[in-house]
Amino acid sequence: MAGDLRDGRIVIVGASLAGLRAAEALREEGFTGSLTVVGDEPYPPYDRPPLSKQVLLGRVAADSTGLPMRRDPEADWRLGVRASGLDPLGKRVVLADGKSLPYDRLLIATGTRARTWPNPEEAALDGVFTLRTRDDAGELAERLAAGPRRVLVIGGGFTGSEIASACRERGLEVTVTERGPAPLVGALGGTLSKLAAAMHRNNGVDLRCGVTVTALRGDASGRFMGADLSDGSRVEADVCVAALGAVRNVEWLADSGLAAGPRGIACDAGCRAFNMYGIVTDDVFVAGDVSRFPHPLFGYQMLSLEHWGNAVAQAEVAAHNMVSPGPLRRPHLAIPTFWSTQFGLNIKSVGVPTFSDHVVIAQGSLEARRLAMVYGYQGRVTAAVTVDMAKSLDYYRHLIETAAPFPPAPGAADRPIAADIPVPSDVPDPKGLSHGPTVALTGYLPDRRLTVVHPTG
Amino acid sequence: MRIVVDLTRCQGYAQCVFLAPKMFQLHGEEGLLYAPAVPDDQAERVRQAAAACPVQAILLGEEVSADGR
Amino acid sequence: MAADTLLERITDYANRANPYPLYAELRDAGSVVQQADGSYMVGTYHEITALLHDPRMSADPRSRTTPSPGPSEETARLPFLRLDDPEHHRLRTLAMRPFGPPHSPGRVDAMRGEITRITAELMESFQTAPQIDIVDDFAYPLPVTVICRLLGVPREDEPLFRQWSDTIVASADVTTEEDTTERDRAGRQAREEMGAYLVGLADQHRGRPTGDMLSAFANEPDPAMRLTPEELAETAVLLLIAGHETTVNLITNGVLTLLRQREHLDLLRREPDLLPRAVEELLRYEPPVHMRERIPRTDLDVAGTTIPKGAPVVLVLASGNRDPKRFHEPDRFDPTRPDNEHLGFGSGIHLCYGAPLARLEAQAALGALIPHLSTARLLQDPPPYRQNAMLRGPRHLPVQL
Ligand SMILES: Cc1cc2nc3c(=O)[nH]c(=O)nc-3n(C[C@H](O)[C@H](O)[C@H](O)COP(=O)(O)OP(=O)(O)OC[C@H]3O[C@@H](n4cnc5c(N)ncnc54)[C@H](O)[C@@H]3O)c2cc1C
Ligand code: HEM
Ligand code: SF4
Repeated sequence: MAGDLRDGRIVIVGASLAGLRAAEALREEGFTGSLTVVGDEPYPPYDRPPLSKQVLLGRVAADSTGLPMRRDPEADWRLGVRASGLDPLGKRVVLADGKSLPYDRLLIATGTRARTWPNPEEAALDGVFTLRTRDDAGELAERLAAGPRRVLVIGGGFTGSEIASACRERGLEVTVTERGPAPLVGALGGTLSKLAAAMHRNNGVDLRCGVTVTALRGDASGRFMGADLSDGSRVEADVCVAALGAVRNVEWLADSGLAAGPRGIACDAGCRAFNMYGIVTDDVFVAGDVSRFPHPLFGYQMLSLEHWGNAVAQAEVAAHNMVSPGPLRRPHLAIPTFWSTQFGLNIKSVGVPTFSDHVVIAQGSLEARRLAMVYGYQGRVTAAVTVDMAKSLDYYRHLIETAAPFPPAPGAADRPIAADIPVPSDVPDPKGLSHGPTVALTGYLPDRRLTVVHPTG
Repeated sequence: MRIVVDLTRCQGYAQCVFLAPKMFQLHGEEGLLYAPAVPDDQAERVRQAAAACPVQAILLGEEVSADGR
Repeated sequence: MAADTLLERITDYANRANPYPLYAELRDAGSVVQQADGSYMVGTYHEITALLHDPRMSADPRSRTTPSPGPSEETARLPFLRLDDPEHHRLRTLAMRPFGPPHSPGRVDAMRGEITRITAELMESFQTAPQIDIVDDFAYPLPVTVICRLLGVPREDEPLFRQWSDTIVASADVTTEEDTTERDRAGRQAREEMGAYLVGLADQHRGRPTGDMLSAFANEPDPAMRLTPEELAETAVLLLIAGHETTVNLITNGVLTLLRQREHLDLLRREPDLLPRAVEELLRYEPPVHMRERIPRTDLDVAGTTIPKGAPVVLVLASGNRDPKRFHEPDRFDPTRPDNEHLGFGSGIHLCYGAPLARLEAQAALGALIPHLSTARLLQDPPPYRQNAMLRGPRHLPVQL
């Protein structure tokens, strides 16, 4: 293979969004060699965002979210098989069924899984769920359709909020518990989290902030019945969803010598994995939720993102770099972008809202539930979040890309008076939240202790 | 046929909702919900919607077949 | 020639049939090109899209302060096309209620059958004629009939509102003329008359809903969602004009392009599934709306040039559509073009309200015509164009069938 990068053997581990997009892109780049995609789920690649939205609303079936191919990547799909180890010297992926796959270049796209309720016995109660896979969503949707008396959602992050929203739309009673002061506070900071809390309450969610769930209770036959909260109260419910954030699927790499840890696999801007000594490898690449990568616009901090768009963009860069000689390789510099639909609002973010010290509402207002909030760090724009104002997002993306001064220049016709008054962004330490962050800065910036995520496992 | 909408790019122009209202719906004013699996009788409308999307965010195609081929 | 005369040359009627070389000159002159009269032109794709998404850019003519102040209090009422958020958003949302999602998502889709029927009727009338004018016999009557039915305007009144419409459209054209007082006055008067006429129609439906949009506006049960009579007048005038002055050009340009480049005619006959994409490509290649004006509400730095607050900026959408920095081989008409994010309907918050309807009309019209065009030929090429530089299109398109 040394001669021609467009030939040889490529193995992709992880048959989901990043894996599929990389496989397609490899063929688009002209790769003609053998391509094998390994996935431990028994299904062909499917899309996850609908699982907490359309699927829980009962509008589409959980097994209908299969991802379309842009082109047939003509790959050998090994589905329902887990990769259990990596021999980087022998250049082999070891599979759980005992076989092994030799590779010339490897792409790791094993993503994340749901963090489960920490007490295994309680987690095993009938009616206690997490939400990451299509099977999770199918079973949960079925329970919701059966009309439970109440649903308990533990964790007020994006997933937890979307679940609560779907439940309310179906007319179900919901309690959301969040250890932090408000939903979404970890991702969006103080001001917008107040809007989020208002949306929960206006839509009839029983929202309990500043509390933790101390125990899940089951009846004699092992059915979930309710939970005890740290404030001494009790919630009676038939269904519980632990929306506690995600865990990176890196365990299979424990003996590989790669820089794989709880926050993901570290790679360079060209998606090449680092080994544990911080030396970059040249034949192992990483993409999607499982990666952490440096970004120049955010102080070269290592970002780990749970963003659909990042998985797509990074997979394409990784694929390009896997079949391109050094000087022709591209950096993965896409600005993080995320969306969430909940309680009838379309929330979109660009940049890294947690990489901020102040915010202003640059357009619209909280009262109108239609606004653009701009985040700044040390006098420059680092992120923006729009609520039902997606058409403005490109403008703010441009401000981020050009490191425009914060607060942003005035001039918008719908600029509120509040735009003159930046307020602290008020992003709490993720350790104080029920759910993990969907964007984490995992590097080290001396003056930003709050955004440093300490791996807690 | 399957579709996926790149909602990172989508700006809520709702062109798809106008042209294939059974497949695409607005959730509130701007959020988009859609049905990923397209029945045959909706395929033409979905193609029109994909062509019309101002930011070309709608991707259509076949899914990887279940036997992994 | 000097780049600061480009607007003058572009608006010069002599260049109507082919303004594209001037657009190329505009792009070559830079992203932002100041004109002799103090206005600015932007013809490059990325700058145009950035400005269409920039909340500091105003669509409101009253934001203009140089070279002459914009029309003053006399035009205190404007349609949402020429208003900024939040007022624009409020009015567009109200106007959308009987037309599209989220309130009426199936409305346009439900018109497919009717559009096909109207198209078939028009086709029948010239089935036997050896020679037709695509504009007068087909491309104009189709959208007029559709928008009349949609709004609830009697089709027979067309001669009446056509006059108003012509005057209003002429008054809104981009121009380098110094003195537009008379033009503005005539436009204002036509708008008032047309508005009164449409509000009168809406009033007739009050209490007796008929399913059309004027009736829906008149019978809106929720007071918070009701347009005032003044707002209704401005909105209805906008919809009636926008609903037919543009689609006619799209259909006509389609026929013109396909008869000029017959290989695509054959392709579309063989692969009718390509039609939706061909229509998008037309919107890029020969768009009905060539320019829009915006005014910065603050000094604005664009690609190294500072555009002062209050100065008119002409965004040449049709030039952005041919920008080689965005489109591969931009001067080639290619119905299979991937990734076609054209500016035919604008972009950002003012993106065409009626785009889905226009698309269905153009697809129906071209879909019905294409099978009959195999032996047709153009009798005049280039055809005679309408005066308007902003809403550009042939006045007639005589074709031998
Ligand atoms: C309910 C839900 C809602 C979401 N909503 C949004 C949203 O609104 N907006 C947004 O931007 N993002 C959203 N996301 C996130 C988005 O889905 C992810 O960013 C995306 O799926 C990442 O793709 P990936 O391919 O990197 O990882 P994953 O999708 O996690 O795929 C990794 C795959 O690898 C497999 N795998 C793991 N380990 C192994 C192994 N050892 N051997 C073989 N296979 C293995 C996994 O089973 C999985 O199939 C949501 C996610 C969920 C779960
Ligand atoms: C091919 C046909 C059409 C084309 C090319 C077209 C083009 C455009 C363009 C470019 C704009 C943006 C103006 C700006 O940004 O300043 C626009 C706006 C608008 N169009 Fe169309 N249009 C067409 C058909 C229609 C139809 C059929 C209707 C009505 C049913 C309509 C109604 C409107 C309205 C109301 C606006 C103002 C939107 C706003 O300001 O928010 N158009 N159109
Ligand atoms: S047409 Fe495109 S941008 Fe508009 S809502 Fe549909 S997917 Fe989103």
